[in-house]
Amino acid sequence: MTGTVTVRNPGVLSLVQDTGRFGYQRFGVSVSGAMDQEALMIGNMLVGDEHSAAGIEITLGGAEFEVSTETLVAITGADLSATLDGTPLPVYESFIAPAGSVIRFSGPGSGIRAYLLVRGGFDTPPALNSRATHIASGLGGLTGKPLQPGDELPIGLANEMSTIGSKIPSSIRRHYSPEVAIRVVPGPQESSFSAAGVETFYSSEYSVTDTSDRQGLRLEGPEIESSGDGYDIISDGVTAGAIQVPADGRPIILMADRQTIGGYAKIGVVATVDLPLLAQAGPGSTVRFERCTVADTQALLRDWQREISDAPLMPEERVTSGARLEIGELPIDVDLEFDQSALTEEGGALLLARINGIFETVRARRVN
Amino acid sequence: MGDTGESQIKSGQGYPVLKPVGDSAICIEFGDEINDRVNDLVYSAADALNARSPSWLRELVPTYRSLLVHYDALAADYDEVRSDLLGLAASDSAAETSSSGGARQVFELPTVYGGEFGPDLDAVASHAGLDSEDVVRIHSSIAYRVYMIGFAPGFPYLGGMDQSIATPRLATPRTRVPAGSVGIAESQTGVYPAASPGGWQLIGQTPVQLFDAQAQPPSVLQPGHFVKFVPVDESEFQRIQAEVANGQYRVAHSEFAS
Repeated sequence: MTGTVTVRNPGVLSLVQDTGRFGYQRFGVSVSGAMDQEALMIGNMLVGDEHSAAGIEITLGGAEFEVSTETLVAITGADLSATLDGTPLPVYESFIAPAGSVIRFSGPGSGIRAYLLVRGGFDTPPALNSRATHIASGLGGLTGKPLQPGDELPIGLANEMSTIGSKIPSSIRRHYSPEVAIRVVPGPQESSFSAAGVETFYSSEYSVTDTSDRQGLRLEGPEIESSGDGYDIISDGVTAGAIQVPADGRPIILMADRQTIGGYAKIGVVATVDLPLLAQAGPGSTVRFERCTVADTQALLRDWQREISDAPLMPEERVTSGARLEIGELPIDVDLEFDQSALTEEGGALLLARINGIFETVRARRVN
Repeated sequence: MGDTGESQIKSGQGYPVLKPVGDSAICIEFGDEINDRVNDLVYSAADALNARSPSWLRELVPTYRSLLVHYDALAADYDEVRSDLLGLAASDSAAETSSSGGARQVFELPTVYGGEFGPDLDAVASHAGLDSEDVVRIHSSIAYRVYMIGFAPGFPYLGGMDQSIATPRLATPRTRVPAGSVGIAESQTGVYPAASPGGWQLIGQTPVQLFDAQAQPPSVLQPGHFVKFVPVDESEFQRIQAEVANGQYRVAHSEFAS
């Protein structure tokens, strides 16, 4: 029997999210999924889950969760000053949350979306092959809605054979900044804009407005001039990171909860590797755009993939775990402290030998 | 919605056009018009690509006049995907013929027109200078083509409405349009699969559930299908609604040769 995580307080917005709902866009079903896919993926690596396992996306903080049984947990993405029973928690490191412990996210430090991952993932009922919550269409999560106080999220079965890392090298971690530089591939309707309009787009600073949400980042800044054909096109398919410009000349960057089709001209499309930076850019953040080729951004994507998949999941040096041994009627609590990296076959044998040593000592004392 | 000679020339010359949409998708444009011939090209290309299912293919999103091809950029780069797609386009004339020559499926949506089910029927009629009975007769006499599905799960973009009943959107959108509402916006007609805000002129309502996440496929209507609205009265609406709730209702459909 696996445990549950109870939502004591969802804060501003807490959602069950995974890699997204693919394969149904032709029926009008939005992809949704984690805004910061990289943070979700690394979090799942840290608890030894499949990349597609579901976690909780916590926006801005004020959220509290209680763990029913001892659970391996990782927190990634934004640093929202998380604590475990009041003790500050590191981000991008897995840790054991004891039964009954409370994980609290108080408020934003850097970035705005944190991810809470548990070993085994959250086993909410999938809809169309995904657990991702899409509020507008009522799909995913527990009931198609944001998490509510009292919601109990079942934890899934872990793959016991999977590797668990506890840390990743800090060189791989993103540093979320309120000033982001985004690489962009020219969009399929760049010619809908005048040369001056395109120049405005790549040379200006835009700021993220507070009307931005999971559907898109709405930006404020210099107006992008159309070439005279107007800003509207015959509606066609859109992707994450597509930068649409409606008639007011201000860009909208489509994000996870985007609709499947759009009718505004797309001046550019954000490089996949830069999407996490936008996912973590809150209102007031500034955005600058840098023009790239498809070949450039695909090379960036391959490098990123290589870096992540080659990342040594650094085992933490020492791990402590409480255990209770019962010998006859005598229960004893022991704290086992061991070097996790030594947990090879050899290390395991050594650990067993030491535990047996404790038994021997206890047996000897009982005899006396 | 018929083809004009001009649009045929326009959509024939220089197409298809392939454009990158970021680092993980390519858009294939088959024209820059909304018409049946261009839309047929989109769906025959989608069928051909699905049949080959190249290893880099992630998902296809067909729309009025273009096909968005999502691909795995770690499995193949832009140049490789582009050359595969161009190869496909070159060998695609057979697929086009078979697709456009096949039988068409017409789905019948029983619909109550007017009253509380279609609060804007009278407004549409007065805008058209017609009786509301005429609007119902005209609206229910046509088999509408499903050009694409989007905006919301199962929302069909229907083409072919008679221009005589075209009506602008409401000046102030409703905050809640009931599921199954049949509406008109300019020269388009459509059905809201789920309750949502909306600005279309509502002329009726169907009890049919167009989208069900538990069903496979989840959408009753598929692009390339045709839709006919069949006028029913309120008691028939309620009978069908009960069948829908029990999971017993099947949407009537027939085939006709195109």
